[in-house]
Amino acid sequence: MHELIDTMFVSAFSNPFLAERNDSAVFEIHGGRLAMTTDSYVVDPIFFPGGDIGSLAVHGTVNDLAMRGARPLYITAGFILEEGLACADLEKIVMSMAEAAREAGVLVIAGDTKVVPRGKADKLFINTSGIGIVPPGVDVGGQNARPGDIVLINGTIGDHGMAVLCRREGLAFENEIKSDAAALNGLVGSMLDAFAGIHVLRDPTRGGVATTLNEIAEQSGVGIRLFEETLPIREDVLGACELLGLDPLYVANEGKVLAIVPELGADAVLSAMKSHAFGRASCRIGEIVSDNPGRVFLRTRIGGHRLVDMLRGEQLPRIC
Amino acid sequence: MKYLDEYRDPVLAKSLIERLRRKAFPREVRLMEICGTHTVAIFRSGMRQLLPPQIKLISGPGCPVCVTASEDIDRAIWLAQQPGVITTTFGDLVRVPGSSSSLHIERSKGADVRIVYATLDALRIARDNPDRQVVFIGIGFETTAPTVAAAIQQASKLDVNNFSVFSAHKLLPPAMRALLEAREVNLDGFICPGHVSTIIGAGAYRQVADNYRVPCVITGFEPLDILQGICLLIDQVQSGRAEVENQYRRAVSWEGNSTARKLLEEIFEPADSTWRGIGIIPKSGLAFRPHWKKFDATDRFSMPEITVKEHPGCRCGEVLRGVMIPPECGLFRKVCSPQDPKGPCMVSAEGTCGAYYRYGER
Repeated sequence: MHELIDTMFVSAFSNPFLAERNDSAVFEIHGGRLAMTTDSYVVDPIFFPGGDIGSLAVHGTVNDLAMRGARPLYITAGFILEEGLACADLEKIVMSMAEAAREAGVLVIAGDTKVVPRGKADKLFINTSGIGIVPPGVDVGGQNARPGDIVLINGTIGDHGMAVLCRREGLAFENEIKSDAAALNGLVGSMLDAFAGIHVLRDPTRGGVATTLNEIAEQSGVGIRLFEETLPIREDVLGACELLGLDPLYVANEGKVLAIVPELGADAVLSAMKSHAFGRASCRIGEIVSDNPGRVFLRTRIGGHRLVDMLRGEQLPRIC
Repeated sequence: MKYLDEYRDPVLAKSLIERLRRKAFPREVRLMEICGTHTVAIFRSGMRQLLPPQIKLISGPGCPVCVTASEDIDRAIWLAQQPGVITTTFGDLVRVPGSSSSLHIERSKGADVRIVYATLDALRIARDNPDRQVVFIGIGFETTAPTVAAAIQQASKLDVNNFSVFSAHKLLPPAMRALLEAREVNLDGFICPGHVSTIIGAGAYRQVADNYRVPCVITGFEPLDILQGICLLIDQVQSGRAEVENQYRRAVSWEGNSTARKLLEEIFEPADSTWRGIGIIPKSGLAFRPHWKKFDATDRFSMPEITVKEHPGCRCGEVLRGVMIPPECGLFRKVCSPQDPKGPCMVSAEGTCGAYYRYGER
């Protein structure tokens, strides 16, 4: 996927905004700075514990704006519907989008609907685009990590990916794993209020924490060291991962933010995170280093070190 | 988490590592793990750098996808190409390159290839699609084979006639003996597979320990399990013993799981089988017993003769026999990577090349 984006899209549409490879592009208009982004949602199943494709489409785009420190304002929504999709399902999804937009404080101000013959889409696909304002003095981007910075996360990793996988494959565990999908602009706002000098914010969605941190290491030309014993993972998520042979570091999240913060602001940001509803379990998980630029390493529980590579292709369950 | 945290205790782990470091090693000790899950667990824990340099951990033929012969990969691909067939398999296999294609490529060309998590899922697909032929590609060791046998028994009970299995299963103890017979790699001990041993029992390694004088320790998969297993092996080596010891008692008994074995023996019988990189090993595979032949995909479909074409530079065979480590292969990292694998050891999550690549081991 990364290779495809680099060789096909970035080179064809070549411009400095795209070349930054951030969650959204930040540009200036009449002296003010705006952030803009777009994302398509094709999740299967369309309903999963903790959310659905509609709320996800709002949260995802709102979060992509928030990851540049922007205050999201308006979003648009495009729907591709497969002929035969139950009206009741569509209504449920649209209501959930409306609810998610209300909670995130954004308005859906334009939209488009297309219907395609049965089999040409899988129930429905949604594309959302969003726009927001970047407050003065805020400069957040994947290229800003510096040696000595601290890596923070706002809670447990892998919840969304395992919730979707368990529902899709009909895997039942004692307690149902719920997706963490949430709009993070409120949390990010209070983090920036506590310390405006945050270097990087990134939501570790597809490819999980490991892939997102590799992208940041590459963009900033720094090394990242994680500490295994500090990684927050729910017991049921860990159990499901152990059973299937998956590594939670590569499992998708939808309500998580990785923050890379200068040491001097780390405590202030961490306490702001902990006092927000979506950040109660926030913690430090690693640090930015100058050695091994472009790479992520993990110090294991028993004191060894290993590389944490980018996710290549899809993570597949093991055989035995 | 119960049964996990206590086996990941950093303080205990450090004390075991210290114990090993305090030992005097007059010579190198070479231990082979023959389970892909062990290979990955060792890499993930970063254990190699912590052990005394005289202890060499060598990865053997323990990854089920990796040991599957190229001709069997080609046969699976041929099955997927047959009109109306739904091919079901475990995840890793789809990306293994055959002579000129892979199940993944066939799927993108329109073949119906589905990844399942259990053989019974494949049976369910067969019941849901009574007008299609559903083939399950059965690979793996003694751990997964009984579940395949159970699915076949179930298919017979339910009279599901559109379900069949392509059996490329492998048995581990014959491969251990073959490696020792070949004398290509000098081994001082085996870290024996925890999962396989739950079925075959610790007793299954007695012949290896007695006849070849090589210590065998059955080991669990957490860092403490593996470290303790290594300590037991080193103790044996240094005191000149060659015994079967069971570190993984919470899961493995001396006899193993007789119910699973009985089921396996009812459906299958041992047969000669080709292993990638090793060749034919007598009685190391599983063939259908006559009564169950109707579920054998090789009987149901008349397969053509297969001529195998492997990537000329691929050294997966040597890696699987433990005579070469991945960075010594000319393709490793240069043209062979998880994105574009040339051999199975790079494809599989449990493959040795993939582990060296992903976890940055030099």
